[in-house]
Amino acid sequence: MLLPFVGSLASAFLLNTSSRVLPSWIAGATALLSLLIVVAAYPAVSAGDALRFHVEWIPQLGLDFKLRMDGFAWMFAVLITGIGFLVVVYARYYISEEDPVPRFFSFLLAFMGAMLGIVISGNVILLSVFWELTSIFSFLLISYWHNTAAARDGARMALTITGIGGFCLLIGVLLIGNIVGSYDLDKILASGDVIRGHALYTPALVFVLLGALTKSAQFPFHFWLPNAMAAPTPVSAFLHSATMVKAGVFLLARFWPALAGTYEWFWIVGACGIITLLLGAYFAMFQQDLKGLLAYSTISHLGLITTLLSLGSPLATVAAIFHMLNHATFKASLFMAAGIIDHETGTRDMRRLSGLFRYMPITATLAMVASAAMAGVPLLNGFLSKEMFFAEAVETHADSILDRILPYVATLAGAFSVAYSLRFIHMVFFGPPPTKLPKETPHEPPHWMRFPIELLVVICLIVGIAPAMSVGPFLHTAVSSVLGAQTPEYSLAVWHGFNVPLMMSITALLGGAALYWVLRDYLQRCDDGPPIFRRLRGQRIFERILVEVSWRWARMAEKRIGTRNLQPQMRWVVATGFFAGLLPLYLSGFETRPFAFTGVDTAFAALWALGVCLALGTAWLAKYHRLAALVMLGGVGLIVCTTFVWLSAPDLAITQLLVEIVTTVLILLGLRWLPKRSEGIDDTITLRARFRRFRDLALAVACGIGMTFISYAVMTMPVPDAIANYFLDNAYSEGGGRNVVNVILVDFRGFDTLGEITVLGVVALTVYALLRRFRPADDSMGMPEQQQIQNRFDEERPERSAGDTVRDYLLVPSVIMQWLFPIIVTFAVYIFLRGHDLPGGGFSAGLTLSIAFLLQYLAGGTRWAEDRIRILPLRWMGAGMLTATVTGIGAWFFGYPFLTSHFQYVELPLIGKMPAASALLFDLGVFSLVVGSTVLILVALAHQSIRINRLRTIESDKAKEA
Amino acid sequence: MEIILSIAIGVMTSCGVWLILRPRTYQVIIGLSLLSYAVNLFIFGVGGVKTNVPPILTDGVSTSSLADPVPQALVLTAIVIGFATTALFLVVLLASRGLTGTDHVDGRSDPK
Repeated sequence: MLLPFVGSLASAFLLNTSSRVLPSWIAGATALLSLLIVVAAYPAVSAGDALRFHVEWIPQLGLDFKLRMDGFAWMFAVLITGIGFLVVVYARYYISEEDPVPRFFSFLLAFMGAMLGIVISGNVILLSVFWELTSIFSFLLISYWHNTAAARDGARMALTITGIGGFCLLIGVLLIGNIVGSYDLDKILASGDVIRGHALYTPALVFVLLGALTKSAQFPFHFWLPNAMAAPTPVSAFLHSATMVKAGVFLLARFWPALAGTYEWFWIVGACGIITLLLGAYFAMFQQDLKGLLAYSTISHLGLITTLLSLGSPLATVAAIFHMLNHATFKASLFMAAGIIDHETGTRDMRRLSGLFRYMPITATLAMVASAAMAGVPLLNGFLSKEMFFAEAVETHADSILDRILPYVATLAGAFSVAYSLRFIHMVFFGPPPTKLPKETPHEPPHWMRFPIELLVVICLIVGIAPAMSVGPFLHTAVSSVLGAQTPEYSLAVWHGFNVPLMMSITALLGGAALYWVLRDYLQRCDDGPPIFRRLRGQRIFERILVEVSWRWARMAEKRIGTRNLQPQMRWVVATGFFAGLLPLYLSGFETRPFAFTGVDTAFAALWALGVCLALGTAWLAKYHRLAALVMLGGVGLIVCTTFVWLSAPDLAITQLLVEIVTTVLILLGLRWLPKRSEGIDDTITLRARFRRFRDLALAVACGIGMTFISYAVMTMPVPDAIANYFLDNAYSEGGGRNVVNVILVDFRGFDTLGEITVLGVVALTVYALLRRFRPADDSMGMPEQQQIQNRFDEERPERSAGDTVRDYLLVPSVIMQWLFPIIVTFAVYIFLRGHDLPGGGFSAGLTLSIAFLLQYLAGGTRWAEDRIRILPLRWMGAGMLTATVTGIGAWFFGYPFLTSHFQYVELPLIGKMPAASALLFDLGVFSLVVGSTVLILVALAHQSIRINRLRTIESDKAKEA
Repeated sequence: MEIILSIAIGVMTSCGVWLILRPRTYQVIIGLSLLSYAVNLFIFGVGGVKTNVPPILTDGVSTSSLADPVPQALVLTAIVIGFATTALFLVVLLASRGLTGTDHVDGRSDPK
């Protein structure tokens, strides 16, 4: 069951690399094998029970990978694999050596797999997945000759239309699944009454129908199919006879037990079907392109099937299923015949073709029989199903205007179809020998290229002459699997006596012949397309809509609601955040609690009074007094740090203090590259700017009040028995450390920390990369004012040489800083080692060590520092990352999950008993990476002042040359 | 204690939000720093405000009286990551200033 599908897909992937002749053999073998497997499944299917295959996929969502093959699916599977096989044989000769053959066959097989998936999937979600797959692969197949614009446009249109349809189908099946409570096809088919009675029936129906009607190219979505004729002919033969477009009517028949029988069904499906039937046949008469004629005739025949399905009577459904089968056989053979004609003569334009019978008599005969079947000539299969259609058209189903006009429409469409079939035969094969053909003297194709047509035509004949004996049992299996207990009595005889349907058939035949006779001359000369509708191109309308929606509307939307400015975006983000915080409070109410004044520590209050002033000062001065703002920001940071100490978070305090130092230095390094205040432009503030500021201020104040409110509420809430207790209780027994914060970081949540340090490393590398090509703005190129003053001072004194002052600047502090180096390093090691039990750890130790390095840069300058210590930050980072990861992986070797830690106490000489957890090793990785990253960032920024000298010389050289 | 901390968080949030809505990149980076102080303190405060009970296990002290270590661990990494983003933003700011010649957040001067 699963094998044909898997086999075809697997070989499809395999084929991409294989040689040229091989692909067709592999494809043929796969198709044939699939066919045989499907055929072998017949005894089980015909027993009346569906074959099922079930694998759980996402059971929580009711999504199972479920396949089910009943009689109807079996019939389709045979069609798909059988015609697929014939198409492969045919394509072997059709596709020329210059085209990428493996690609063609791989797409074809993949498409076949997807199509098989549609017919045998037993879960409607799975069905819509396969449905989308067919859209995608048909896109790839239609655009196979992607260097021609027609193929690209046709493929894009097919994808757009069927893709939208597929999306609608998904919505539809989700709705149905919601109604039924299951996505299982069996359950859905069994609960038709529930679905029809549900309030959501109409939307579900409309969405499913949108899916089916787009796929089957029913009016008003019919226009993609003729454009898809830019595909290679084997693709057309496969897609437009047995598979792609049949998927739509397959779906209609599949959901027939669940959805059909209502007034809505009849009107929507019936109206689309009848219009398509008539329009398709009418358009087909006036096509000049052979494949165009066949395409419109396909549309018309699909309209016929749709109409039959709309009627809601079991007999009509029998006729519909029968016609699906018949249409597939004769239309596939006709497409292949058209392909042969194209292949041998080099054109498909019927105005240029004539009298080909004398060059290719066998092909001509085959095509004649097939098109006679299309026209519904007696003793051929097309006649039988058309007869059934006429019989159903006469019957009254749902009394309405649609039902009453149906017999006339049916006869008229029959006449049209006779006319275009006759035209196809007469114009192509009879008449004077062709002149001015692109290829001289056409001849019969190789025998194996003709073989598929022969086979299909023979089937047409057999079914047409002895229907009950040949196709009868298979049809019965298919029909009874769709209709179940409703399966009506029907007879597949050729001769039913003189009755109304026969009269209609005769009328259609004679009328069609007469019509062709009248229009013959006009058709020989006229342009492509029917007289009145020639100007009204579905394609044009489609493209207009596409441009309108995807280009103009998008542009308009971007203009109206988009912005490239950061400030409005930030404003929206902040406002959204504010309201997102407000909304739940508003919706679920705010529990009022009595305001409990817990007492205020005066020192703490004073501290934060200062902190608030500093924060306000920072906000006030950040525009024009950057250094002052930075100093104040540092002040706020220190107060935050003190708060951490105050409120039992020593680890945070240490980290905050160190980060504060590093950040301040970092921003100080950056300050030098920022522009100076340009005087005198900001004296007048416009009204708009004033309004803007006021709005921002209001937003900021609102956010602040909100935060105050929420944080007070949260902090005074009694803390529930949270996960904290787990960590507190188990930190020592499982993590082997007394400092719970550190244990959480390196042990319990070690994987998070690994992620964190990776982010840190990535940021450091990004900073490094960004600064490598850093180019300062022109007005920052010159020397800083302070250095200029210092150098000028040196120049004025004869006993000093330039640069002395810079060197002597802050001499005492720099000496102290140099001496401090070993002390800070020792301190870092100390913080690191005690980290597992007391405040400290890898993060703070790493920051401390990088501050030690940083101080050397500050003390002696970049050049001085780099002459003496070579820090290789990248190595530090790499080593850190490796250590941390390897420690984690190490746990695997002992059979534990990633990053499981181990600890024990070891006796070290001189120091004594030491806790040695493997987490310590992990922390070492953190330490090393933090050192590397921090130093890399700082050094990269510090190096800019050296680089600028080089840039300056380059600039001045350029200036000299110019 | 809580009320002071809440007011402090509120004021820092206000200053931070005000600054990140300003047009100069330097204001934005300072504003982000202020905001991150506020947010860190807020997350930290979720665990409750306790004095003199750091989450460090010592013999004879019951674990339930200690401060909540989880927000502390979260904030610790937040501080470090905050440093990383500040560094990254600073460098982007400098690069943008170098490329466009202005320190406006949109890379061009005010549309007055």
